[in-house]
Amino acid sequence: MVAGGLVPGLGARVGPLRLADIDEPDLPGPGWHRIRPRLAGICGSDLTTIDGKSSRYFEPIVSFPFVPGHEIVADSDLGRVVVEPVLNCIPRGIDPSCSFCAAGLTGSCQNLALGQLEPGLQIGSCADTGGGWSTAMVAHESQLHAVPDDMSDEAAVMVEPAACAVHAARRPEADQPSTVVVLGAGTVGLCTIAAIRRHLRPGTLLASAKHPEQRKLALQLGADVVVEPDGIRRAVRRLSRSPMVGTGVGEGAEVVFDCVGSETSIDDALNIVRPREQVVLVGMAGRTSVDMTVLWHKEIRLVGAYTYGVETTGDRTFDMAFDLVRDADLSRLVSATYTLDRYREAIDHAANAGARGAVKVVFDLRGERYR
Amino acid sequence: MSRPGFVLEVDRSTPPILFHQGEGFRLEKLPAGSRVVYPAEPVAPLADPDGAIRQALLHPVGDSQPLPSLLHAGMRLTIAMDNQAVPLPPMARPDNRQRVVEIVLDMAAAAGVDDVELIIAHGLHRRQTEAELRHMLGDRIYDAFAPHGMLTQHDAEDHDNLILVGRTDQGEHVEINKRAVTSDLLIYVNVNLVAMDGGHKSTMTGLTSYRGLKHHHNVTGMQHSRSFMDPPNSELHNSVWRQGRLLASAVKIFQIETTINTDTFPSQFSFLQKREWEWSPRDRASYLAVSKSLERVPPRMARSIFHGMKSPQKMTSVQAGEVEAVHQLTLENVHRQHLVPVHGQADVLTMGLPYVGPYNVNSILNPLLVMCLGLGYFFNLYRGKPLVREGGVVIMSHPTRWEFHPVHHPSYIDFFEQVLAETTDPLEIEKKFEEDFATDPWYIHLYRNSYAYHGVHAFYMWYWGAHALQHVGQVIIVGGEPRAVRRMGFKPASTLRDALEMAEDVVGRDPSITHMHNPPIFISDVT
Repeated sequence: MVAGGLVPGLGARVGPLRLADIDEPDLPGPGWHRIRPRLAGICGSDLTTIDGKSSRYFEPIVSFPFVPGHEIVADSDLGRVVVEPVLNCIPRGIDPSCSFCAAGLTGSCQNLALGQLEPGLQIGSCADTGGGWSTAMVAHESQLHAVPDDMSDEAAVMVEPAACAVHAARRPEADQPSTVVVLGAGTVGLCTIAAIRRHLRPGTLLASAKHPEQRKLALQLGADVVVEPDGIRRAVRRLSRSPMVGTGVGEGAEVVFDCVGSETSIDDALNIVRPREQVVLVGMAGRTSVDMTVLWHKEIRLVGAYTYGVETTGDRTFDMAFDLVRDADLSRLVSATYTLDRYREAIDHAANAGARGAVKVVFDLRGERYR
Repeated sequence: MSRPGFVLEVDRSTPPILFHQGEGFRLEKLPAGSRVVYPAEPVAPLADPDGAIRQALLHPVGDSQPLPSLLHAGMRLTIAMDNQAVPLPPMARPDNRQRVVEIVLDMAAAAGVDDVELIIAHGLHRRQTEAELRHMLGDRIYDAFAPHGMLTQHDAEDHDNLILVGRTDQGEHVEINKRAVTSDLLIYVNVNLVAMDGGHKSTMTGLTSYRGLKHHHNVTGMQHSRSFMDPPNSELHNSVWRQGRLLASAVKIFQIETTINTDTFPSQFSFLQKREWEWSPRDRASYLAVSKSLERVPPRMARSIFHGMKSPQKMTSVQAGEVEAVHQLTLENVHRQHLVPVHGQADVLTMGLPYVGPYNVNSILNPLLVMCLGLGYFFNLYRGKPLVREGGVVIMSHPTRWEFHPVHHPSYIDFFEQVLAETTDPLEIEKKFEEDFATDPWYIHLYRNSYAYHGVHAFYMWYWGAHALQHVGQVIIVGGEPRAVRRMGFKPASTLRDALEMAEDVVGRDPSITHMHNPPIFISDVT
């Protein structure tokens, strides 16, 4: 039994996570900067790792020990910056870059275990860089985005999750679809709702939310209708005015964004999407058991949405994310801050954020002794 | 001679009062000075109901000839009748409808009529199952008609078999079952449970369509029906009467209405219709045995036990002939059984809701139906003015589980999950959602081919309580599932004592309290 198998966030108490004084990481080479985190978010993927529920897929692209934290606003010699954490060919010093990095699709880089760095998908999973849950770490200049003076730290720390959402919203091959569904209204779900409203411009945006505060925020950020997760099939059926076929919706939504990534949510997504249309898997799924007959029969396209780079418009995702954070006022999603010494409380809060009326829980490093 | 209903003023010696609580009961000690309105004891039934039916058919009232003289060979005869929404609980065999229809069919056969069709006038209600039809009409009628397609259930979405008779001077559509309106004679057979039923409402709700119903089944109509249990003061009935008169000009209607007494519960539950201080040792033992047993069984089993119950209600009158003349007599007979004089309104009205209402026979009294039963039916069981003052509090007791019958009430689930999550304001609901639900092809499919209430029916449940929602300051449900109660905009309470304390925040300290000891049913004649 893994640490967090029964109680989410329990891994912070009995798992491998601990608070320690360690040496600051060395600068791996030219172009690298030492930065000092101001705020660092706790992401769902961090919680999965802490609770020992991460997919073994990550084993070759993680190096230990590492400092978690990849949603970061920090001070640097260049000023206040937000970190784009993917450790692709450029920070790894791989030249020539892989075809994906060369095309700006840095999130698809497959050289994650090569080059001048230890293996690591992102900052926050690499032994060489340190991570956001600390007072000092390193990042390559290609990863640093200057934060405008008028943007608060609370807004800036939301840029990375917002970038994931922007990328997700740009994934489907659809333009102004009539009905879009977002499953889940945690940080990823709420940011995705905001991104869809701006980038996909659907006729109707339906969302599922488990908790009252999530429901309120989903409506504020652009959902037209919000229902509880177990009512999503009925809601999509009614909205599409289609028949039910068994427990599935006959016609359904043109695009479904699964921002949960659970067995239930994937099953829901496949059963509410219109035949021949698309499900975008935004939430990190891991190993699940889902009846894929429906995908086969309805000829559904199931696509993943991981991170960022350059979108089809030619714009860099992070630039678009800055705009989204500002336009949609995503700083409102930062619900609580904790100092590092209260990390157990912070992780417990983050693991139960929805039920406790919270969304994004972050570490506040601005007052830490060693900064 | 049965004893009339009366109002008890609670004092220290008054025993705890019985409250219905879904598939169970609770005994509550009401504060001294509270009033309890008790129904009349069941009036004496007709000694020879079949004989009385024959007499009524031979001696009709109003401008109508005796039934045999309206029957002749070669004619097209349709007999429509109320569906199983009445009476409650379903009555033990033979049902009044079986008695009446058998005699009518005998007369039709004697006259050589061979084109006869029976129609269950269920409006937008769900279709009945074969077992339910057999119970209502008896095996002989069912076997003679159903296999040949001559016992049908009205289909309000079968537009090929609906006819627009016309529009009233107020613009109300009169759209009616084609078979009924193209017959040489339409006989309507009614069982009158409450004063709301019967008269032109029989045909104008049972044999019509959404287009016909929307003229009176709407929020404004309900808010101006004070109450809909008192037809002369009911906007619902004004509209229905206009439609009915237009229909009566298009087809010859012979109305047969029957009333029943309030002998509601079978012997093992007889304590439910006794006054608590008159409970015998056997009644007390029955109460304990039944209550304890019900506490130990799962809700599903308790529901099954209750829905297996058949009522010993008996026919108290039958009248036939022209619709309005018949219905006038019916109302007099209903009032003879139901009216209880009550002086003055209360700050707080309490009521215990039973397991069944008109829309969940053999089904679940879901939260919407709880609202409808309490704020629709019970609240409106008055003549004159409501039992609770304007701005007062209604306290209902019922488990109010977030539970729906998926086959019978599919649109209710969506209404509860999706509509009430957004607003509980009846006018806003009507404006924003009604049309969408009413025309949803899936709900229509389920209504026509499965056993589902029509998509718009959930809305009518909410509208049924619109007058009460407008009138009262707060609604509290004792013992209700908090999540379900709050979804409807009401407040949950664990005990009656808690509920009364909560009510004081609205109506002030030491409120006057009136409890409706219902069922058996009564109508408060409030002066």
